[in-house]
Amino acid sequence: MHPILAAAILVAVSQSPSSTARPRRIALFVTCLVDLFRPSVGFAAVKLLEDAGCTVEVPPLQVCCGQPAYNSGDRQTTRAIAAQVIAAFESYDAVVAPSGSCGGMLSHHYPGLFDDDPAMKARAESLAGRSYELMAFLVDVLGVEKVAARHDGTVTYHDSCSGLRELGVKDQPRRLLKTVQGLSVREMKTPEVCCGFGGTFCVKYPEISNAMVGEKSADIAGSGADTLLAGDLGCLMNMAGKLQREGSPVRVRHVAEVLAGMGDLPAIGEPG
Amino acid sequence: MESTARDFNRNVGHALADPNLQDSLSKLKVGFSERRRQAAERLPEFEALRDRARDIKNHALANLDFYLEEFERKVLALGGHVHWAPTAADARRIIGELCQSMNARTVAKSKSMVAEEIALNEHLEELGIAPIETDLGEYIIQLRHEPPSHIIAPAVHLTKDQVADTFLEHHAKLGFTKRLTERNDLVAEARHVLRQKFLDADVGLTGANFLVAETGSSMLVTNEGNADLSNTLPKMHIVLASIEKVIPTLEDAAVLLRVLARSATGQESSAYTTLNTGPKRPEDLDGPEHYHVVILDNGRSAVLGTEMQEILRCIRCGACMNHCPVYGAIGGHAYGWVYPGPLGAVLTPQLIGVEEAGNLPNASTFCGRCESVCPVRIPLPKLMRHWREREFERHLTPTAVRQGLALWGFVARRPRLYRRLTALANRILALFGRAEGRFHALPLAGGWTRFRDLPAPPPGGTFHTQWKKKRPS
Repeated sequence: MHPILAAAILVAVSQSPSSTARPRRIALFVTCLVDLFRPSVGFAAVKLLEDAGCTVEVPPLQVCCGQPAYNSGDRQTTRAIAAQVIAAFESYDAVVAPSGSCGGMLSHHYPGLFDDDPAMKARAESLAGRSYELMAFLVDVLGVEKVAARHDGTVTYHDSCSGLRELGVKDQPRRLLKTVQGLSVREMKTPEVCCGFGGTFCVKYPEISNAMVGEKSADIAGSGADTLLAGDLGCLMNMAGKLQREGSPVRVRHVAEVLAGMGDLPAIGEPG
Repeated sequence: MESTARDFNRNVGHALADPNLQDSLSKLKVGFSERRRQAAERLPEFEALRDRARDIKNHALANLDFYLEEFERKVLALGGHVHWAPTAADARRIIGELCQSMNARTVAKSKSMVAEEIALNEHLEELGIAPIETDLGEYIIQLRHEPPSHIIAPAVHLTKDQVADTFLEHHAKLGFTKRLTERNDLVAEARHVLRQKFLDADVGLTGANFLVAETGSSMLVTNEGNADLSNTLPKMHIVLASIEKVIPTLEDAAVLLRVLARSATGQESSAYTTLNTGPKRPEDLDGPEHYHVVILDNGRSAVLGTEMQEILRCIRCGACMNHCPVYGAIGGHAYGWVYPGPLGAVLTPQLIGVEEAGNLPNASTFCGRCESVCPVRIPLPKLMRHWREREFERHLTPTAVRQGLALWGFVARRPRLYRRLTALANRILALFGRAEGRFHALPLAGGWTRFRDLPAPPPGGTFHTQWKKKRPS
């Protein structure tokens, strides 16, 4: 490239409003399920963020967001874990999680844990204001409009509850999926109805959870899609586990994997 | 009403195995939510009205003493009577005495969840007074000796065939010996049977959707008009309502009515909206000679000023249960008491004790669909979580859950230990799950693997292990 042209592009890029407003140092909140069960989701998230021009770091002292304790009524343990997460992510411009559930915990629930501690509440609110679910961050904050990926087949997308109702994640993943070559989306009848995972709910009330995921798997089958996508690994493992128990041929992946061009990996619950 | 909330898990087992119930629920899940969605879409200001409805109820609750006394003053000025019932027993006694003062043999009742709450029918029967349910759904379940399974559609758990059998069994002695198969014919037969009961009743008893402080009116919505017969034909009309039903003005009632029917059934308004304002006046052609309002507390005032206060905004539309996937799976009876669904999960522990109803606020995925449709924006998941916190504080949470949580919490607060243990768990799961990619059964994971396979992690280590190798900092 001609040096003057290159310099002109550099100047233009550095002066464009979106590049100055963009958060530069991004921390990935891996989430405990992705860390333990599906690391490829974390790498897909890193790829999508880096492709969009971000510098991604993974703070090593992160553990879990604390939801198992929070939703079991153990506020003290939740506060201890939240304090740990707040400290681990203090110095980043933005914190991004490939999960609406964990993202929602950071952005919607942490501040309320510290109503009696103004100093911690301020730090929790700072983190809350910088925390995002991956799809919402890519589309709403970074302005990503398309991805460079190919995935041949039809997919259906399940709207995980926290992402949908706490964070407004609905159109963002669908908009990006439309730009994946070879892919078409077929909606379920009720993509917004809970799959019955609910964290510890699914093992505390297995019969109810089973009835709910059974209904979900029927809706998935009815869509005619060959692949099920969603943005939360908990829901995905629940639905994948049910589909496979029923002998369904539908394959299950995290939406980030398909968007990052990693849709050829073995699907969730398939041998590698 | 006798509670079976303690046996929640057993109730769930029965509900999931009941084909008639499952058939009924499959229709309810689609019907109600779709009609509500369409009704909300047709009204551009619906979301703004929800905000106003919430604010009206918040204002009324913040000034509850003032508006209740104002309501009482107005009713007295109209020539009616107000009775304050601190407990369910007080309310039963007051109503029983009122009925006895009329030498009543029958009481025509329109649907009242508060009457269910205080077990009024059983009390009246003990006094030798026959309560006649005039709401079609309530009438059906009264014949079947069942409690309501939904606050606005009490017989929603039944199929048409079950209703046909019930009518044949009970109406044959009245000369209706043909088993009916059409919905309209069933309604017509019930109407015919009920009409004479209206005419014979000595006392009419209704609930109230709102008590309007400004005018001393009680307001009631129905789709059957049965309340209008219950409160105009008999000589005495008793209104039974709980304290949080009071609102300041008729203008406020207009706002609440606009969100109520849309949220409940997707109607723009219910077929009948009735205002009862005192007894029959000299110039009136009809109406009750005696007008009594019984106002029940039964534990509600103890909620005021607490983190649970928002539940008292509830206007009993039923949208939370219509949209709840847990209610949709198990129906209303499994909750074990008067109020099912997310409303019951918050209110029932308050009214009958969390020791009895501790399962209810736990049996939720916190999917948030209830909150997203609540016309007065009650944060139901948040309130359920508060119950879980109270249970945890009071050591009511099951021991196994507490122990598991304590162990997990210990590890989760030590990131380096956590990292080592998850790396180990990851390796073990990946190794044993390698062949199939998933587990059909796994020690300590029976709750999961009873109905689902458990996906195994692929080989290669946890994300953090791999990240450290790929991107050494």
